[in-house]
Amino acid sequence: MPFIPHTDDDVRAMLAAIGVSDIAGLFEEIPPALRNDALTQVPPPATEMAVLRLMRERAERDGSYLNFIGAGAYEHHIPAAVWQIATRGEFYSAYTPYQAEASQGTLQTLYEYQTMMASLTGLAISNASLYDGASALAEAVLMAVRLHKGARRVLLPRALHPVWRRVVRTLVRNQGIELIGLPYDPHTGQTRADAFPADDCAALVVPQPNFFGVLEAVDELTDRAHQRGMLVIAAPNATALALLRPPGQWGRDGADIAAGEGQPLGMPLAGGGPYLGFMTCRAEHLRQMPGRIVGRTVDAVGKPGYTLTLQAREQHIRRSKATSNICTNQGLAATAATIYMALLGAAGLGQVARTSHARALQLRDALTAIAGVSAPFSGSIFHEFVLKVQTPVAPLLQALQAQGILGGYSLVNDYAELGQALLVCATETKTPADIERYTDNMARIIGRRFQPAPCALKPS
Amino acid sequence: MSTPEHLKYTASHEWVRRESDGTASIGITDHAQQQLGDVVFIDNPAPGRKLKQGEECGVIESVKAAADIYAPIAGEIVAANTELSDAPEKVNQDPYAAWMFRIKPDNPADIDALLDAVAYQKIADAEKS
Repeated sequence: MPFIPHTDDDVRAMLAAIGVSDIAGLFEEIPPALRNDALTQVPPPATEMAVLRLMRERAERDGSYLNFIGAGAYEHHIPAAVWQIATRGEFYSAYTPYQAEASQGTLQTLYEYQTMMASLTGLAISNASLYDGASALAEAVLMAVRLHKGARRVLLPRALHPVWRRVVRTLVRNQGIELIGLPYDPHTGQTRADAFPADDCAALVVPQPNFFGVLEAVDELTDRAHQRGMLVIAAPNATALALLRPPGQWGRDGADIAAGEGQPLGMPLAGGGPYLGFMTCRAEHLRQMPGRIVGRTVDAVGKPGYTLTLQAREQHIRRSKATSNICTNQGLAATAATIYMALLGAAGLGQVARTSHARALQLRDALTAIAGVSAPFSGSIFHEFVLKVQTPVAPLLQALQAQGILGGYSLVNDYAELGQALLVCATETKTPADIERYTDNMARIIGRRFQPAPCALKPS
Repeated sequence: MSTPEHLKYTASHEWVRRESDGTASIGITDHAQQQLGDVVFIDNPAPGRKLKQGEECGVIESVKAAADIYAPIAGEIVAANTELSDAPEKVNQDPYAAWMFRIKPDNPADIDALLDAVAYQKIADAEKS
């Protein structure tokens, strides 16, 4: 499908047809006082060459680091073919095509994306993606409240990503929905299944693993929530799904909705985006699913074809009663995820997950062997873990950064009760040599800076 | 288009039939199903729910649109036609047999105050012209 802007001649012809002299004339009815056309803070136009140079210089200033930060965005190897294919002209529009059915290839790709996500999460229905994990979770919370048709309270574990909690709060706070925190066990790092409040709640959110990297007791949480008449919203790590039991099989009946971040499936870290929200649900909840859904059908002569389906849920038909004001999807990122999953296959994705898990365990063992460094939680981990250090976290991370290492994400602001703690991640991208480099530097920095100078004379 | 004389109607295109047990069955009119096209989904109110007259209580979805269903009279939902969940096309095939839900009226006289077939036919004709 070509995405070709109009030529000057086209624009002149269109303006002439409606009797308007120039583009500005189209906006005449907006009172001058409401116009904001003087963008004084925006610099003058620059040439492509100048912009490229500026961007290169800025990028160089960022430096190049050995990265052990996860905290919601994960560094994985992306096969070169992923973006080589995703950026082909036929796919390279970030947007949902307006004449969707004219873009059969795009729809087929999204249909395959949906099939893969449904299969990974063990739930029957997937939409064609949402913006990112945090807003996908907020949509899942709204969906669960609609489905429950009674309670408007939702349980958000404190061990859920703090930024996701803030995004959910922002998106639901004006809809009369109350978000209730659920504590975690200070020994295991797992969300406490015995701490549900007495009030009627519509849903429980279950991250897997949680923000601490700790695997939750998903079966018990799911069953307990279902016994209390709640829906269960799974928020799984996309890579971990290749290794762990899918949300559709949690507990006796399985989670009702899964929503999360698709970035680990082929998207670079790229300073925070564009990322990809995924969302799947049980078949009976289909009508309350927000976002676009691609369906497979046959045309007038019986040939298979793809179409946007179930659009009566959506804003352009249902107006204010739509399931969501989201009328789009993250098309390019979903395309990249589809290609990534197709290239790796189930076995390859499983290998990424297993290697990441193994590397994280190696790193944790190596780091906690250093005096003054410990792992406060006993719960099993996936590819990320919390470290407690007996020295202030901020200067420690600074010192590591000076050695070219991003050592982790400080938990001091979000989880003050943990004291000096940081969140550390290792994926399949970290070699044993990388782990050794991190460990050596950590030991040296902690030893040099924060421990008393060794006594010159050893007691005999 | 058929508009049976023994039924009562609303301007929002519901029909109402008084049943022998004192409840009232509610569906959508032949005119409404023609306007909607092929019906693919019906979201009925849950039994036990109490409704005010004119309250939105359900959704009927077709291949090209989704329309709200309004309670023609005040009362309590006593039954929803679960057959329509699996076979929503019955609304197109025979709209006056395909009742959607039954209400136990708060005030049975409310039914008498609804539109008769002649008055409803005028409304439907005006919409078509």
